[in-house]
Amino acid sequence: MCGVLFVALPFLWMILSSLKSLSDFYSFTFFPKHIDWSAYQYIFGQTEYLRWYLNSFIVGIVVTVSGLLFDSLIGYVLAKHRFPGSKVVFVLILSTFMIPTEMLVIPWYVMSVKLHWVDSYWGIMFPGMIEAFGVFLMRQFMFGVPDDLLNAARIDGMSEFRIWWNVAVPQVKPALSALGIITFLGNWNAYLWPVIIISSSKMRTLPVGIALYASADNGGGIQWNTIMAMSTIAVIPIIIVFLIFQKQIVEGITLTGVKG
Amino acid sequence: MFAAISALALVQAAFASGSKESSGSSSKTVTITYWQYTFPTKVTEINNLVQTFEQQNPNIKVVAQDFPYDQYNQKVTAAMHAGQGPDIMNLYYGWLPLYVGQGYLQPIPSSFMSTSQIESYYVPMIEASKINGQYYSLPIAVRSLALLWNKDLFQKAGLDPNTPPATWDQLISDAKKMTIRKSNGQLEQEGFGWNVTGQGYHTFEEILLREWGVTPFSADGKKVLWNSSPAGLQAFTYWIDMATQDKIGEQSFLQNYNTAFMAGKAAMIIDGSFDVAAIQKAAKFPWGVTTPPTKTVGGVQSNFGSFWTNGFAKGVTGDQLAAAEKFMKFLISPETERSWLKNVGELPAAKSFANDSAINNDPIYGPFVQGLKSAHATFFVDETAERQAMSDEIDKILLQNAPIQQTFDELVAKEQQIRDKYFAKQS
Amino acid sequence: MDLKAKRTVTAYSFLALPSLFFLLIRIFPTLSAFSLSVHTQKGSLTTSNYHQMFADPVFWHSLLNTLAYVVLTIPLQIVIGLLMAMAIERVERLRWFYRIVYFLPYITSIVAVSWVWRLMYDPNTGLFNEILGWVGIAPQNFLQDPKEALISVGAVMIWQMMGFSMLIYSAGLQAIPRLYYSAARIDGAGSWKIFWRITLPLLNPTTAFLAVTGGIQAMQTFTQVENLTGSSGAAAGGPLHSTVSMVVYMYNNGFQEFNMQYASAVAVVLFVIIMIITLFQLKTISRTIEY
Repeated sequence: MCGVLFVALPFLWMILSSLKSLSDFYSFTFFPKHIDWSAYQYIFGQTEYLRWYLNSFIVGIVVTVSGLLFDSLIGYVLAKHRFPGSKVVFVLILSTFMIPTEMLVIPWYVMSVKLHWVDSYWGIMFPGMIEAFGVFLMRQFMFGVPDDLLNAARIDGMSEFRIWWNVAVPQVKPALSALGIITFLGNWNAYLWPVIIISSSKMRTLPVGIALYASADNGGGIQWNTIMAMSTIAVIPIIIVFLIFQKQIVEGITLTGVKG
Repeated sequence: MFAAISALALVQAAFASGSKESSGSSSKTVTITYWQYTFPTKVTEINNLVQTFEQQNPNIKVVAQDFPYDQYNQKVTAAMHAGQGPDIMNLYYGWLPLYVGQGYLQPIPSSFMSTSQIESYYVPMIEASKINGQYYSLPIAVRSLALLWNKDLFQKAGLDPNTPPATWDQLISDAKKMTIRKSNGQLEQEGFGWNVTGQGYHTFEEILLREWGVTPFSADGKKVLWNSSPAGLQAFTYWIDMATQDKIGEQSFLQNYNTAFMAGKAAMIIDGSFDVAAIQKAAKFPWGVTTPPTKTVGGVQSNFGSFWTNGFAKGVTGDQLAAAEKFMKFLISPETERSWLKNVGELPAAKSFANDSAINNDPIYGPFVQGLKSAHATFFVDETAERQAMSDEIDKILLQNAPIQQTFDELVAKEQQIRDKYFAKQS
Repeated sequence: MDLKAKRTVTAYSFLALPSLFFLLIRIFPTLSAFSLSVHTQKGSLTTSNYHQMFADPVFWHSLLNTLAYVVLTIPLQIVIGLLMAMAIERVERLRWFYRIVYFLPYITSIVAVSWVWRLMYDPNTGLFNEILGWVGIAPQNFLQDPKEALISVGAVMIWQMMGFSMLIYSAGLQAIPRLYYSAARIDGAGSWKIFWRITLPLLNPTTAFLAVTGGIQAMQTFTQVENLTGSSGAAAGGPLHSTVSMVVYMYNNGFQEFNMQYASAVAVVLFVIIMIITLFQLKTISRTIEY
């Protein structure tokens, strides 16, 4: 039980802190002296928080759906189709994961300017549509799909595409759920690229919005309670996504490939 | 399936052009862009100023955008690389050598404001923003340092809450009375918010050194003169001793010096006018502001000034430049500076305010303005590297008991190296 | 067309669009970054960036620290994640509750996480020193102490990532057909044997995944170091470079100073090291099990 407390502590602190008034932060108390909703009033009244929320949602959902589809497709091909060069292709895809994003943002920005994607949803989303990380995960789990099932489907005359969609994908639901959570989370919290590509305040995503209040200029008045309130509300969709998807993890198995 | 994805992609592509601001529609309206970092009061103030300006200038539209401080430089870099930067950008004066070196700024057109006009309009400290004899930017407001003290803690320690220390010696002896430690050595309250990377290194370079009679840099900024006379080492040792011998403060206490002050756990700090708004909101005790201490009673006064400044991006010409110049003129005008002081809390940069009695008599801003009179802005060639060198070398003393004199000489050598590297690139 | 050729064509046709994507979005920018690394800021060809890097003691610090982060955090977060996933499997009710609670560190905002941990580590007022005081141990400086700072940062990394490992392992455990377990029990195998001979080997692809991606991500450690040791005054990586990782080094020297060429050189070296480690891991850890 104290394990639960240990992991949940910063989370609880975040929620409690969102209800504090600013001066409470300087007394370093855990609980607010009295419940102060001013941070929440400020967020909904004075900032474009809801707009940021919407933007993050759009970006998060589109990228997650795209990722799940493409990553599982590629992972399936890499795992189940023995063709010359599959290992090389895999390592190549994996290698794209080995460069820190910081190095890529400037080429991406130059590209975006040329294609008029600056300050747009597509501009925010395009680098994340397919992730090497996701491809890798799906490949590992696709290994576990019994070949017998696939061959049976082939004998039945199914196209490769239908086999992927109707046979392989259902087998890896737990992995898809996990990947869905992680991809959504990664995009929800993505910061560096959105900051670079977004110019106008109405296109901001949540992390960018929160950062506006979090960064200090040589100590110029950080509104801690506002940041914590923003972070608290930001966490809610993630928990919902998590709860939805993790059900899949628990009850994911349909066919277990019983032999004979 | 694929059809659905393609459709989705097309829809997104439609979004792509949707949010771009259109520049200059009909009838010769010129649109200029102004970039700054996100500081809520500054953003609000700029937005108000833009409205006023646009009313006075119906043919000019100003788009003001702001970005998080930590990523500001990256944003500018990415935009300038892609050829899509703003018309006017706001930056910290210490970044000017870097920005000018990268070719982001153009010199202030002499037809707009000549060098002599600039120097007669502004307080002397802005001369630190000259690069190769030219000005590339113009500030709205400046900041200086002051000594802030917690009147309650003074009272509790038996000191007169209305008499802050006038000399450094007095400060140290006062601070000792207000430093409280637990039996295991942990700090509970510090008498003085001593630090290096906050305002500490500014305090050393521009206040202590000068008060000890040492000019920190040569006039052209090429030479580091901290150890040019034994007084330099004396000042350095005096400063370091505050932490190691007098033990009146610790850098890491409560995360940083101004947090400790706002929490009521640091009796005195040297801080800039930019923190005043935050302190007003957070401090639950009476506090006072005065000019920083001197070495001896009535001795040499010195102060550190800094400022954020506005420059025209390179490549802005013709109608765009003309419109940008109009906006710039508006920004640096005395009316704007007065409004800026009221709403943002930064001191006016124009010389004409030096004798303004209203400001001088303000209990909070008065001492800051008085500090302006003796303020020097350090000409940084690479502010980040210079600060880091200081932090690293002093850490050796604090954490590894390195000998002070040797470390001081190493530090000066490092700072000199940074300058040499910069000036070598210029030739 | 024979079966093999048909298979190859099918495979590559599926891969065509995504490969184009990777090419444009990842590989070209990476190559341009590589080419930047052998140029000076004025544009001439040179290896000076590499000379400067290898001559800089801080670079070597960052290399050692980065390897330390990998060795310190990956095994622990994987093992703890596995234990948590298995423990949750045994629980009858409220599995979802435990799952989400142990996942919280991963989803809590990094600002909140670092603020709380900084406070806990605070040498003067922090919780950890309080607890140490109860058992009579002298207060430690944690993040302020060059000897302790790296481990302190590593602890936060493990704390954040163990929930992630748990999630992946949960998926992996679910993928093991119950049939194997019941068959083993019928044969009279005990729990320990079941774990070693069935569960663990069948989790091999999952473990391989966690080890490889964990390794790659740990090599690119940045956010935790930045948030725990950086401040508006000092650059991240202190004190005295005891926590600086390679990406932090790259950031401090490249981005802060607008020296993209130097940053690219560091990125290239980092890339090569990651590639070597990953290939090594793929060869030794990754084997697929067929039953």
